[in-house]
Amino acid sequence: MATPLTPVITAHWDVPDLFTLDGYRRTGGYRALPKALAMDPDAIIGTVKDTGLRGRGGAGFPTGLKWSFVPQGDGKPHYLVVNADESEPGACKDVPIMMANPHALIEGVIISSYAIRANHAFIYIRGEVPQAIRRVAAAVREAEQAGYIGTNILGSGFDLRVTVHSGAGAYICGEETALLDSLEGFRGQPRLKPPFPAVAGLYSVPTVVNNVETITNIPWIINNGVEWFRLFGTEKSPGFKVFAVSGHVVRPGIYEAPLGITMRELLEYAGGVREGGRVKFWIPGGSSVPMLNEDHLDTPLTYEAMAEAGTMLGTGTPMVFDDTISVVKSVTRWLEFYKHESCGKCTPCREGTYWITGMLERFEQGHGADADLDLLNEVCGHIMGRSFCALGDAAATPYPAAVQLFRDEFVSATRTPVDETFPPAAGYVFSAVGAR
Amino acid sequence: MALDESVRAQMASIVERYPRSRSAVMPMLHLAQSAEGEVSDEAMRVIADMLDLTTAEVTAVATFYTMYKRRPVGKHLIGVCTNTLCGLLGGDAVYAALTDRLGVGHDETTADGMFTLERIECQAACTHAPVMTVDWEFMDCQTPSSAVEVVDRLARGETVVSTRGPAIRDFEATEHTLAFPDDGLAGQGGEADDMMLAGLRVAHELGMSAPPVPGQES
Repeated sequence: MATPLTPVITAHWDVPDLFTLDGYRRTGGYRALPKALAMDPDAIIGTVKDTGLRGRGGAGFPTGLKWSFVPQGDGKPHYLVVNADESEPGACKDVPIMMANPHALIEGVIISSYAIRANHAFIYIRGEVPQAIRRVAAAVREAEQAGYIGTNILGSGFDLRVTVHSGAGAYICGEETALLDSLEGFRGQPRLKPPFPAVAGLYSVPTVVNNVETITNIPWIINNGVEWFRLFGTEKSPGFKVFAVSGHVVRPGIYEAPLGITMRELLEYAGGVREGGRVKFWIPGGSSVPMLNEDHLDTPLTYEAMAEAGTMLGTGTPMVFDDTISVVKSVTRWLEFYKHESCGKCTPCREGTYWITGMLERFEQGHGADADLDLLNEVCGHIMGRSFCALGDAAATPYPAAVQLFRDEFVSATRTPVDETFPPAAGYVFSAVGAR
Repeated sequence: MALDESVRAQMASIVERYPRSRSAVMPMLHLAQSAEGEVSDEAMRVIADMLDLTTAEVTAVATFYTMYKRRPVGKHLIGVCTNTLCGLLGGDAVYAALTDRLGVGHDETTADGMFTLERIECQAACTHAPVMTVDWEFMDCQTPSSAVEVVDRLARGETVVSTRGPAIRDFEATEHTLAFPDDGLAGQGGEADDMMLAGLRVAHELGMSAPPVPGQES
């Protein structure tokens, strides 16, 4: 039986004023907050642990476990930092959440802060999305005016400040320790772990860094409980997921479904591949995870099944490319991105992205060298696992996966420019049927 | 001097948001950029003085992040996403059409100071490809002709409205918003659009919904 769509976070996005306090309250918003404030903070951490909720930012680390690493009774301030620096190529689900339902995020922030005993929370939003920043900032003000943020919230004795912080254009700040350096007023460069942020995070005190979608799950977990949450998904990947399907599909957009739905099912809901096309390759969760082809359309979109298939669920935002797209050009463009966004701290990533990009650009122009096919794999191997953070690993990911699936195309690009083999206009989405 | 007393007072108020003053450096740089259209040497000195940092420490931050500009930006900053998905789905053609129309390339400004053009990275809007931004406000689902029409209308002083945000103001106004986000425009841009509602609509059509809470089935 087909996996149904199950709107939870997105269930009321068609309410025109959902982004306001009134709109959110009319759909049941802020009912979890008093319930949570009546609970023992450790009981909330226990509940989140029991749900098995895994971080929705890409790594999939169990959220409740992360919260439980924060030392309690240590006499230090604690911080919650929401990672809203959504910048991974292909990822486009946190910005819509913040635009459509910022109060759900805020309610999650308040409850999560209470659970980890943080009295100051930060929401670090990439600077290039001013409308999302406005909506979150307005939601914070409304929540303050309603007494949900401030001192002695709803008579509980719990105090919380929330600061919205605008980034300034740096993909690397999506990496949690780089984000913390950035928030402290430095260049956004990753820190060596351990110590992990739960022990020494913002200003070197215990800090939880969670993704927007992860925190937005919390009000529903408090309202509806562990048993309900586990009705969705699998044992190792429980819950619902805001999938964002982009690329050559008829109806690109947001599709919320249980983890474990397949790409074939998501494609069907999205109206299928555009007319005349078939799936050439697709990427389950951002350019940092290995690409797959048609063979894996029936693989469940779970953390474990994607890992078994040699890739990762990542951000759960599949990009779909049809036969008109050159894999050589796609990978080259991604590597140009990683080269631009490498913070420069670690030599393998800084130098490796430079050399890989140069070699790939020669392939794109039809001048690739046969020997470079293997040399590229070797260079990627020298980056993988040899940098502080996952950006290096991410940069070393697209090429090996692509050459394994589409070696012929790289061989062809030793002789023929890719724009001859794959005329660019064929890939455009506005030529045949007009602009969407 | 563009960093007058009022700007300095606003900068000082930003510091109060953070447990440690240095954290204010990024919003302060956005604010300086809103006053001067770039991050000037003077602005970095002022910020360094206010935060008790060296100028070098502020310069290190200002030169790390792509959104801080060390040269004057045009009235409007036009960005076209040319990362893989947007670029190959048509962003490359959108960018080419704009270079033709404006006569400038990446990171260049038109002679009249109206437009700076940039190839930009992924904007977290891949479902709305090809994506353009004007002063960082979303202009989703562009074609070469729609993009050219946007800059033509801006050049004529006509109102252009973001597909998911307010009417376009200018680069400096957006930079002010990044320093002080509660600018009264949060209600602009209206409700969720077709792409954001795609799955919800299919679920409604097919009668699909999340399972009820155990014990509370109606």
